Amino acid sequence: MTTEFSRDFFQLFGLSRRFALDSQQLEQSWRAAAAAVHPDRYASSPDAEKRMALMQATQVNEAYQTLKSPLRRARYLLSLQGVDTQEETNTSMPLDFLMAQMEWRESIEEARDSSDVDALEALSSRLRSDKRALEAELGEALDRAADLDAAAVMVRKLRFLEKLDQEIGDAIETLLG
Amino acid sequence: MALLQIAEPGLSAAPHQHRLAVGIDLGTTNSLVATVRSGSATVLADAFGRSLLPSVVRYQEGGRVTVGHDAQREQNHDPHNTITSVKRFMGRGLSDIKDAGSLPYRFVDAPGMVQLHTAAGVKSPVEVSADILRALTQRAEAALGGELTGAVITVPAYFDDAQRQATKDAARLAGLTVLRLLNEPTAAAIAYGLDNGAEGTYVVYDLGGGTFDISILKLTRGVFEVLSTSGDSALGGDDFDHRVYCWILEQADLHGLSAQDTRLLLTRAREAKEALTEHSDTRITAILSDGHAIDLTLDQDTFRQITKTLVDKTLLPVRKAMRDADISADEVKGVVMVGGATRMPHIQKAVADFFGQPPLTNLDPDKVVALGAAIQANVLAGNKGEDEWLLLDVIPLSLGIETMGGLTEKIIPRNSTIPVARAQEFTTFKDGQTAMSIHVLQGERELVADCRSLAQFVLRGIPPMVAGAARIRITFQVDADGLLAVSAREMTSGVEASIEVKPSYGLSDDAISQMLSDSLAHVQDDIEARKLREAIVDADSLRDATLAALRIDGDLLTAEETSAIQQVLQQLEQAIASQTTLQVNQATHRLNKATEDFAARRMDRNIQRALKGQKISEL
Repeated sequence: MTTEFSRDFFQLFGLSRRFALDSQQLEQSWRAAAAAVHPDRYASSPDAEKRMALMQATQVNEAYQTLKSPLRRARYLLSLQGVDTQEETNTSMPLDFLMAQMEWRESIEEARDSSDVDALEALSSRLRSDKRALEAELGEALDRAADLDAAAVMVRKLRFLEKLDQEIGDAIETLLG
Repeated sequence: MALLQIAEPGLSAAPHQHRLAVGIDLGTTNSLVATVRSGSATVLADAFGRSLLPSVVRYQEGGRVTVGHDAQREQNHDPHNTITSVKRFMGRGLSDIKDAGSLPYRFVDAPGMVQLHTAAGVKSPVEVSADILRALTQRAEAALGGELTGAVITVPAYFDDAQRQATKDAARLAGLTVLRLLNEPTAAAIAYGLDNGAEGTYVVYDLGGGTFDISILKLTRGVFEVLSTSGDSALGGDDFDHRVYCWILEQADLHGLSAQDTRLLLTRAREAKEALTEHSDTRITAILSDGHAIDLTLDQDTFRQITKTLVDKTLLPVRKAMRDADISADEVKGVVMVGGATRMPHIQKAVADFFGQPPLTNLDPDKVVALGAAIQANVLAGNKGEDEWLLLDVIPLSLGIETMGGLTEKIIPRNSTIPVARAQEFTTFKDGQTAMSIHVLQGERELVADCRSLAQFVLRGIPPMVAGAARIRITFQVDADGLLAVSAREMTSGVEASIEVKPSYGLSDDAISQMLSDSLAHVQDDIEARKLREAIVDADSLRDATLAALRIDGDLLTAEETSAIQQVLQQLEQAIASQTTLQVNQATHRLNKATEDFAARRMDRNIQRALKGQKISEL
């Protein structure tokens, strides 16, 4: 197990260690790796192999989930380079970003209070396009500029946007249910 | 299209011997058992040619147990002791059962899981389910002519941990080796997908007798990937019966019925529902115990009206699952209908309207789950099929723990691919705090009170520090059965606590052993002989697998490592020769330990081979 766990998630799937990645290749590599170690393949194997398969299948899934999500991928890349994104502790944000946050929150509340699912879905798709723009910026900062401090700030921003999206999702579910 | 290349998995001990394995659909209303024979999956019928075994168990004085059709026939006469739809009570407390008042049973409000008072004593839902499983096992062993190696048992995808654990306990109590708990819609997708060579995004709409599941799967080159699942574990065909029953009470102005009359009218209600699948109206007649005669006519339109809210209720989880999978209705290639209740015309119409296409009904909605389970069981037992395929399933409900102020903190979100593990660190709240109570929860809601409590345990021996200095790492591991294990560790001192999550709902190993030895079918000598036989089978298969592994991947070991393993192998041989259960088990355990590192290296090589194979095929 020493050999396995010393490799990072990018190496595990044979990918280069950068933010930009081919999501299809990631998905295919994950499927191949998951197939090789899935506990179903070891259902009639000795206990040691069963336990190992469980651990490795878990790790392969963890690696995939980490690399698939842009936010988690960026956070992981930064952690590999010793940068803590301080998402829980560092709450200082540029003023214009905070203003935009408040506007988002007001729009969500308004749509929720008037039980307007369509408006919520429109907000969600607008938010997702904002997220994609921020992710592109993040890719620049990580892969080209190697500006890790700027990247850490963007990770924190992205985290805010994901939380907003979660709130919209919760609101839609509450209205539907 | 080329299938994914998959490296040789752990080698089975006896590759040429076909092992007897079955798939069991343990349903709310009916149960089935199926197997793969000469390459194709078939449902096994009883001596009268009947495939469905009604999930009905009758308990009589003196411990006599009747299962299936015979029990069903008696349910109107003996409603207190004839248990139907026991699946609804699995892993549930009395307060969870909303219609307990209108059911003819004598419930016992036991801690954790509700129990039922019968003429043969108090029975837990686990015991009742075990009796159904025993009947199916007997049917299978009679049909196949030998002892079963193991079974895949299906559970609703939306079953929580307590319900899954209860199902696994029932199987153990029935003496079955569980190869895997498989989600019902996923089983249906396997049976449908392999049969039709399906590729693309499919929805499985599974309305059973007492549970509703919706699963969205992506089928690509032999991989069945569940994207999302949702449902309602207390909504099913039974609820439609119940609406008809209430309608009868209302129409005939009936109050305060006896248990016999309640059961009689529920049966009439079910018959009426079934008749309306093919007829535009149906007559409901019954004579109650006081001589009162009922004669009513129920038509399609009325039936549709009184059950409309139930149909609408199924579409809610559908929308949730679509959101989670991030797909729209027009991306869905087909909708597979599962469960007898999907025969109702207005359900089919609602689904067709929602997805803008008629659902797929070219397979028997009663049998497809058992068939899928049989196919999976065949592969897991080591009988290789012709096609290589793989199942990637998800966890249906988020897992979390209680934090300050009665709030839940999610640790593993719903729809994560299993197996999955996640660790999270927590800290102490007060100076000098030496213990921490950990409350494990499952569900989506923010308040602890709205989630299901799975377990509570205390981590003690935390070294006294100032508040916030201790670092407690809690790890959730969900295995391929969807079952959870939780461990906690204080990082600065290494104090550890770990549990399998089953104290509140599951049965302990001791309780199971007790029930096993209590049951008349097992005499003590039998148990001892069986234990030795099982120990030797395990030891044999471990030895064979180790030898095969040494042959194939021996180059991964140094000479010293190889000879160390050889030595433990020899000890195992001696232990087998001794014919003593304890010695065999200990030697097996030692060999397992000794080969752990070797297993890890082999697995790692498998991943690398799989990735290389996949890249070559991509070029």
